Amino acid sequence: MRTILYIIQKEFIQISRNRSMLPIIFVLPIVQLIILVNAATLEMKRVNMCIVDSDLSSTSRQMTDKFKGSPFFKVKESTFSMEEAEQSLQKDKIDVILRIPQHFERDLVRNNGGKVQVIINAINGTAGGIENAYITNILMEYNKQVTAEWVGVSTKGPLPVPSVAVTTSYWFNPQLNYKTFMVPAVLLLLVTIIGMFLSSLNLVREKELGTIEQINVTPIHKYEFIAGKLIPFWIIALFELGFGLTIGKLLYNIPMLGSLWLLFGVAAIYLLVVLGIGLLISTSANTQQQAMFVSFFFMIVFVMMSGIFTPVESMPVWAQRLNLINPIAYFMRVIRMILLKGSGFTDILKEVISLAVYAWIILTLAVWRYRKVA
Amino acid sequence: MFISAKNIFKNYGSTQALSDISFEVNKNELFGFIGPDGAGKTTLFRILTTLLLADKGSATINGWDVVNDFKTIRNNVGYMPGRFSLYQDLSVEENLTFFATIFGTTIEENYDLIRDIYVQIEPFKKRLAGKLSGGMKQKLALSCALIHAPELLVLDEPTTGVDAVSRKEFWEMLRNLRDKGITIIVSTPYMDEASLCDRVALMQNGKIMQIDTPQHIVGEFPRKLYAVRSSNMYSLKDDLLHFPEQHSVHLFGQYLHFTAREREADILGLRHYLEGKNHQNIIIEAIEPGIEDCFIELMTENSASNEN
Repeated sequence: MRTILYIIQKEFIQISRNRSMLPIIFVLPIVQLIILVNAATLEMKRVNMCIVDSDLSSTSRQMTDKFKGSPFFKVKESTFSMEEAEQSLQKDKIDVILRIPQHFERDLVRNNGGKVQVIINAINGTAGGIENAYITNILMEYNKQVTAEWVGVSTKGPLPVPSVAVTTSYWFNPQLNYKTFMVPAVLLLLVTIIGMFLSSLNLVREKELGTIEQINVTPIHKYEFIAGKLIPFWIIALFELGFGLTIGKLLYNIPMLGSLWLLFGVAAIYLLVVLGIGLLISTSANTQQQAMFVSFFFMIVFVMMSGIFTPVESMPVWAQRLNLINPIAYFMRVIRMILLKGSGFTDILKEVISLAVYAWIILTLAVWRYRKVA
Repeated sequence: MFISAKNIFKNYGSTQALSDISFEVNKNELFGFIGPDGAGKTTLFRILTTLLLADKGSATINGWDVVNDFKTIRNNVGYMPGRFSLYQDLSVEENLTFFATIFGTTIEENYDLIRDIYVQIEPFKKRLAGKLSGGMKQKLALSCALIHAPELLVLDEPTTGVDAVSRKEFWEMLRNLRDKGITIIVSTPYMDEASLCDRVALMQNGKIMQIDTPQHIVGEFPRKLYAVRSSNMYSLKDDLLHFPEQHSVHLFGQYLHFTAREREADILGLRHYLEGKNHQNIIIEAIEPGIEDCFIELMTENSASNEN
């Protein structure tokens, strides 16, 4: 035990002497939280739109006014030529074309239905989907209004038409505030990056400098050495989480419904997994460069599959199965559940157990892989 | 026997690093492994310090087997790798304290042992190890290797890259440590350091060519050795190589070391031969051979016997 304490002490002295460490610990979280949370948003505002109104009736005008009044769209161009509109789309000047054909109003009155065409630039599929949803929403609203007016005019009385009224309420994030959703995710990214990269580079650095040679001839135990390497970064990463939560509260006022103790408890287990993976990479690599690339590979795969941007539920089944070995996916669920939903220990029991088993396996592997004898 | 190694083999892929190495080191001996780079000295030391496993063969240190009793060996051996392996971003004192504590001891407990060495670097104890000069780094490394009072000290090329004065001091320190009862094995590429050891093993291409005291090795040199010099050294070497009686010609500083096929050379005949080749200011002196002469002689003998 005493030996582990001395290794930890040694690591902290070395970290404090490393000039690039303080900025990494203090500046990185602030920059990440400010840039990523504000930038990585799926809310679309002021989408450039072109309206091709070939009808020019009062109905078509009413409809275009709906778009002009929406904060999500900016009607940048209006033209009568479809060709012209398509050219603008080609040139990336606009993203959406709404085409109202001739005799739209007439068809609506006569045939009880009119047609409009919507053309969307879907280079970014996600953005295209969201734009479509917004447009459909506006058109539906307008449709309802029209129905009410027309039916009302003709019957002069309460509607005999049966209809289902749908009221939606968004639980745990009533305003669908994107930041509430992103801050915990970015925090998790931050803690993971710090943990995995620092730990994976540290041990291999001793190999590169040859200092491990002097360590290996000492009677130090393998588990002592691994523990001494792991604990300093574990402490730093937990500190980092606290620091990031404080910034999240101050800058974005994110909700913290659940117990912070519980969050830190799970984070402690989660970090054992992440740091363990870092050390495992470190024991197998020969240079810091190798360790860096391998960690990077795992980071990217884990992060993209974790459900940070896209819901895990929408992934193919094999990908969801693959997430069994993705520590970030577990903690992504847990951090959002605790902070946004106020989940308690029993709600996240499955994740906690999975992470604990994972940590045990990874650390055993890391100790086993670390060889004092070549 | 304090150290006993029997028939050790080690290959790295198809490269043979050690081939049939056997030797014994007595307790309280300063034992040197002399040989050029790539002779296999470091590989051998890594096997003895339990950092590497041999392909074949066995070795014991004070009766402890290097494979089965590695824990005991790690507690009782001080190893100083050829490359400076202390933490450059820790200070002198922090390095020493760190290595003392992981061996479960303190600086004070074994201060006697390192005092002579440590006092020389103590004024700089707050300085980072990476900022020390080569000689001071080496003293610090030696202090760290000694801090747990090991019974055996293994030093891999400790004097490589160190200036002549520091080298001399360093060997004095080693002799003092030996006198305090520590067995020392040391490797060096410098032939002149061989005479400072109690016994030496001459190594080449993963093999030990000879093990003996430096005096014996020199004494067993089979021929009389001559230092030859003239005003035209370049053609002198060529001419000596064409001298019918020649056995070997090697350049040593300002002289050529020459041996004849017979034990003693016909000096007059040689002088006449050289004068016939228009050499002036010819000097031919019989000299005592050094370890390097013996090493080269053994090397040529070995390569000749390999070819046959």
